[in-house]
Amino acid sequence: MLEARNLTVSIGGKTVCCDLNLAVRPGECWGVLGQNGAGKSTLLRTLAGLHQPDAGEVVFRSSIDEAGSRNATGVAIHRIDRRELARQLGVLLQSEEGEFWGSVREYVLLGRFPHRRGWFGHSAEDEAVADQALATLGLAALAQRPLNQLSGGERQRAAIAQLLAQQPRCLLLDEPLQHLDLRHQAQAMGLFAARADSRQAVFMVLHDLLWAQRCCDHLLLLFPDGRALAGEAETLLTRENLEALYQCALREFSVEGERHFVPATHGV
Amino acid sequence: MTPRWLLSLLLCAALLSVGGALACGALPLTAGEVWLGLLGQGDAATVQVVQELRLPRVLAAFACGGLLSLSGVLLQALLRNPLADPYILGVSGGAAVGALAAMLLGAGLLADQGASLAGALLAIFAVFVLGFRHGERNIYRLLLTGVVLSAGCGALVSLLLTLAQGEQVKGMLFWLMGDLSQPQGLGGAWLVLLLAGSAATLAAGGLDLLAGGRDKAAALGLAVGRWQAMLYFAAALLTVAALQLGGSIGFVGLLVPHAIRLLGISAHRWLIPCAVLLGGSFLVLADTLARTLWSPLQLPVGIFTALLGVPVLLWLLGRRA
Repeated sequence: MLEARNLTVSIGGKTVCCDLNLAVRPGECWGVLGQNGAGKSTLLRTLAGLHQPDAGEVVFRSSIDEAGSRNATGVAIHRIDRRELARQLGVLLQSEEGEFWGSVREYVLLGRFPHRRGWFGHSAEDEAVADQALATLGLAALAQRPLNQLSGGERQRAAIAQLLAQQPRCLLLDEPLQHLDLRHQAQAMGLFAARADSRQAVFMVLHDLLWAQRCCDHLLLLFPDGRALAGEAETLLTRENLEALYQCALREFSVEGERHFVPATHGV
Repeated sequence: MTPRWLLSLLLCAALLSVGGALACGALPLTAGEVWLGLLGQGDAATVQVVQELRLPRVLAAFACGGLLSLSGVLLQALLRNPLADPYILGVSGGAAVGALAAMLLGAGLLADQGASLAGALLAIFAVFVLGFRHGERNIYRLLLTGVVLSAGCGALVSLLLTLAQGEQVKGMLFWLMGDLSQPQGLGGAWLVLLLAGSAATLAAGGLDLLAGGRDKAAALGLAVGRWQAMLYFAAALLTVAALQLGGSIGFVGLLVPHAIRLLGISAHRWLIPCAVLLGGSFLVLADTLARTLWSPLQLPVGIFTALLGVPVLLWLLGRRA
């Protein structure tokens, strides 16, 4: 669905990845791991067509392309009309510039923008989709509150609800769990996993190895030296890889078949 | 307050302010006399006062207020900055330098208008070229370019005022503070207001997105670069139309959009029509006070937009806290 071909990305003179090849297929859930400043967000923005790569290209295959009628190999992402793209590709940004003055419901309704047909206001269908998304994220009671009065975690859930209202087939998520408490972390990850199960594609930047292990079938590791490693989660999620990735000694233990990694020291 | 209710209320306010403004003046009229005057009936003096003296000025004030408010709304969405007003990008500075230079050279009214238009267009072009360079579309660069250019124009305006003599200075100050007594191109201004107002209301969804930031808007399907350029030119054009009509009248473009937002309306599809109506009515009211309070002396309308607008906005701000 989403493919990086010989992709070289840099930001502010720092190379994030060099000659990266990877393909996110329908039904796959990818996790991106790396240190702070490794360039995870920049790579995600590049895949979303929001950042210009130095070399190589990002190719997106829409549902029509995948049905095989045309462009079987996909189209370079910067050549696709943004509105057309937004109907299929959704992005959850880590931070949002600008201030939104309206209510939570109006904020979620912005997600319907690429699907809008009318010129004024929203159709009944748009409102139904938005209300459904609000209910899914447990925000129905907050729907009329101004967005800028919400807590960090509630805002994050509103952003996820907006993404659901957008109804994309491919989701690019930058730290989707930030500010969320444990219950809402589990709920959000459940939502994303369900999307991957129904032949959609999910690509997310994570810091929590537990969720990477539970939900992701593929991983992309961005090492501090600019090396990138992509592959199946099973094989990549080892203590050696993670210690090199985070440049930090880790201790590993298993609970009920799940591997947990914790820092070996207090640091300093 | 629901948007529909506020919009109806503002529609009534607009009609009331226009009616009131037609009735007030050196020759006070009753509502009935105003109505007959508008229809061209009643005695000849009343018809002349209403149709030839007051109506053009009231219509000019309304259009000017609407244009400035709309321009303010668009610029606040474009620059994502609550302090943006129609003059922040140097359009009025350029126009002022042009107009004042023409006045200093003793050119006529028409030449003043032409010079201010040329100055404004030059400023719009300069800010666009310098601020949108490299296709980078960094909105802070645009904002800073505009502010710097405005400051430069401010210095030139001071210089021109210093060089001017006696009566010239008064004419210049009137231009700088805004003056609706000699409206030019009224029909064109109304056409611009109606067209731009409708277009902006229809494009409101995109404005909502753009206010949320560049990446967000692009991720939700907006061609951000194209929209930013269009918004810039639309806002600049509206400001130029307002400047041609009444000189640089302050506060309206900044205060009116915020007043509507403080009343709880932020979706642009409601914010735009509400701001146009409120801006128009507000400027009609301010202009009526300016021409009647010290009659026959006419005061610059800019004084009253500030004197009326500042306490109202402070009250709204306090109410919310």
